Amino acid sequence: MSQRQVLQVFEQYQKARTQFVQMVAELATRPQNIETLQNAGVMSLLRTLLLDVVPTIQQTAALALGRLANYNDDLAEAVVKCDILPQLVYSLAEQNRFYKKAAAFVLRAVGKHSPQLAQAIVDCGALDTLVICLEDFDPGVKEAAAWALRYIARHNAELSQAVVDAGAVPLLVLCIQEPEIALKRIAASALSDIAKHSPELAQTVVDAGAVAHLAQMILNPDAKLKHQILSALSQVSKHSVDLAEMVVEAEIFPVVLTCLKDKDEYVKKNASTLIREIAKHTPELSQLVVNAGGVAAVIDCIGSCKGNTRLPGIMMLGYVAAHSENLAMAVIISKGVPQLSVCLSEEPEDHIKAAAAWALGQIGRHTPEHARAVAVTNTLPVLLSLYMSTESSEDLQVKTGVQWHNQLIEALNSWAQVILLP
Amino acid sequence: MATLARLQARSSTVGNQYYFRNSVVDPFRKKENDAAVKIQSWFRGCQVRAYIRHLNRIVTIIQKWWRSFLGRKQYQLTVQVAYYTMMMNLYNAMAVRIQRRWRGYRVRKYLFNYYYLKEYLKVVSETNDAIRKALEEFAEMKEREEKKANLEREEKKRDYEARKMHYLLSTKQIPGIYNSPFRKEPDPWELQLQKAKPLTHRRPKVKQKDSTSLTDWLACTSTRSFPRSEILPPINRKQCQGPFRDITEVLEQRYRPLEPTLRVAEPIDELKLAREELRREEWLQNVNDNMFLPFSSYHKNEKYIPSMHLSSKYGPVSCKEQFRSENPKKWICDKDFQTVLPSFELFSKYGKLYSKAGQIV
Repeated sequence: MSQRQVLQVFEQYQKARTQFVQMVAELATRPQNIETLQNAGVMSLLRTLLLDVVPTIQQTAALALGRLANYNDDLAEAVVKCDILPQLVYSLAEQNRFYKKAAAFVLRAVGKHSPQLAQAIVDCGALDTLVICLEDFDPGVKEAAAWALRYIARHNAELSQAVVDAGAVPLLVLCIQEPEIALKRIAASALSDIAKHSPELAQTVVDAGAVAHLAQMILNPDAKLKHQILSALSQVSKHSVDLAEMVVEAEIFPVVLTCLKDKDEYVKKNASTLIREIAKHTPELSQLVVNAGGVAAVIDCIGSCKGNTRLPGIMMLGYVAAHSENLAMAVIISKGVPQLSVCLSEEPEDHIKAAAAWALGQIGRHTPEHARAVAVTNTLPVLLSLYMSTESSEDLQVKTGVQWHNQLIEALNSWAQVILLP
Repeated sequence: MATLARLQARSSTVGNQYYFRNSVVDPFRKKENDAAVKIQSWFRGCQVRAYIRHLNRIVTIIQKWWRSFLGRKQYQLTVQVAYYTMMMNLYNAMAVRIQRRWRGYRVRKYLFNYYYLKEYLKVVSETNDAIRKALEEFAEMKEREEKKANLEREEKKRDYEARKMHYLLSTKQIPGIYNSPFRKEPDPWELQLQKAKPLTHRRPKVKQKDSTSLTDWLACTSTRSFPRSEILPPINRKQCQGPFRDITEVLEQRYRPLEPTLRVAEPIDELKLAREELRREEWLQNVNDNMFLPFSSYHKNEKYIPSMHLSSKYGPVSCKEQFRSENPKKWICDKDFQTVLPSFELFSKYGKLYSKAGQIV
């Protein structure tokens, strides 16, 4: 046999392998095929193809595995059980960027389903290699690695701590400064998911200098990026007063108020969440928010939204009014009470009504003046009807009952004063 | 004796007569007794009643006096209590007055500045209005920008469409579809088509190849070295039909490594580099960098007197350079000309000629 013929056999085999892996990758995009693929035992075949000589086949096999694992958590568990992860992690360190992207995609697809699977990924040492990928030149690789880290860190505090211990946070902060929008988005969401679990993790994120960069990027016109940044800042500021103060020192007011006027619903929701998390800690922070005109902006935002997007805004008004009577008076003069009573009467969901009732109660409970301001807008009958109606939930009934009671007392107080004065 | 007999004859009836005579009075006795008892009892009753009346009068007097005494005592107490209450009320009223003044003063001075609160609330409402206005302007600006972007996109799309449909333009002979003779005026698309530039097919972009330097070419000297490309060649390459040369020969010929001439292979400032190289080698052999000085200190303070040749300001004697005047202001750059000795071609074809004439076996 001549050399040519021998080589031809090898070429045929290689062609067959490429075709197989490309077809599998394509079939894996459609959910109806995945069951059949799983029953046909595609996992073990893909596992051997991951070790192939030709880089294209490796990459396509990794892509196919990623798509399969992405579909549901049984397949992801199968990926973990077949010991594919150590091989992936090992070759992640040495291969080219397409392979790195595909392998990071697999890790992300496995890690997103449950904490146990994410723990399995951490146990096979993937975090160090992912962090090394974050230092790569190609932005696609960085994005894939950051996404994988985000899904791992999302589940609970131990996994976030593991991600932080691998040294991911400074690199994520560097990623935020890159020019590519997609990379910025993913890095911001990763920081948000790390910081949300505990104050120490949030402190780590702040120590890496993330807050200044995040605050600068609020002005970026991309809606999804703004949404992630605002979520990150709100996760950082929710834990303690110091963190909230640090976020405020990054000069987010009054820029954040422009986000309240954005077209995208999620941006508005996250912006009002951020303001709520800042305002809830101390009266000084609430005062800062009020002085910056935040109350008016939030009230307008409540007026322009519907449904669950209103909820953080309503709660923010309640928190601000709860701190002191001056702030409650500030909320009243910003025309907050009519807006809240509109929310109370027209929202279909129970928890939003409960929140609106609570907020009205916080406004009205300080002095008879406040109660009069609340009662003037005819909210008391609405509260009463909510309390009495059989459809409203326990929580709603309790809240409205308490508020109605408080309001009534204060209102009577104020009417009595009005009568006795002359 | 007769009397005795009479008495003895009557003696049996004495008893009865005695009894009966005594008992005749008995009912009267009872009646009189009853009457006497009645009278006596009535009288005793009157007596006792008078006595009791008398006693009552006395007792009333005593009680009257005692009660008045007690009453006066009680009245004193009541007066005292009333007085005390009145005084306390007065004190309380005065204390309230003082406390009212003091509390008002304290609250106004130290705790709560009402006017400041009013100011603050006014400022807050003004800030709110300003922020609301600014936000509305911002929203309007965003709307305008979006509308403008939309319009521009539409414009671009229409332009692109017009460019693609350029051939539908009407000519002098044949009116186009947008310029029907039955219309009063041509369709706006007609004008668009007139304005548009015809669209040519997109030429495949020539990829800018990175300029490779000489050393890169020299580096890939092996016969099998491929220049690396981004996309791997497709595997399912059909075997070309026809008499083609052997692929190995073709590749050998195609990728024959560069064999530059001597002139090209050496850098032009080779002389200077060689001098530097020589100097470096000599420097390596030095034990000490300092100049070798004479031992005696007699000559330490002596200045070195250079020879006449070296001490002239015109440098070493050279006929050509001496009489040429230099004008530094006209120089383009600071550096002088380099001495470049070109390599000569005598040995460039060594071993590369076809004939073997003159070679030593």
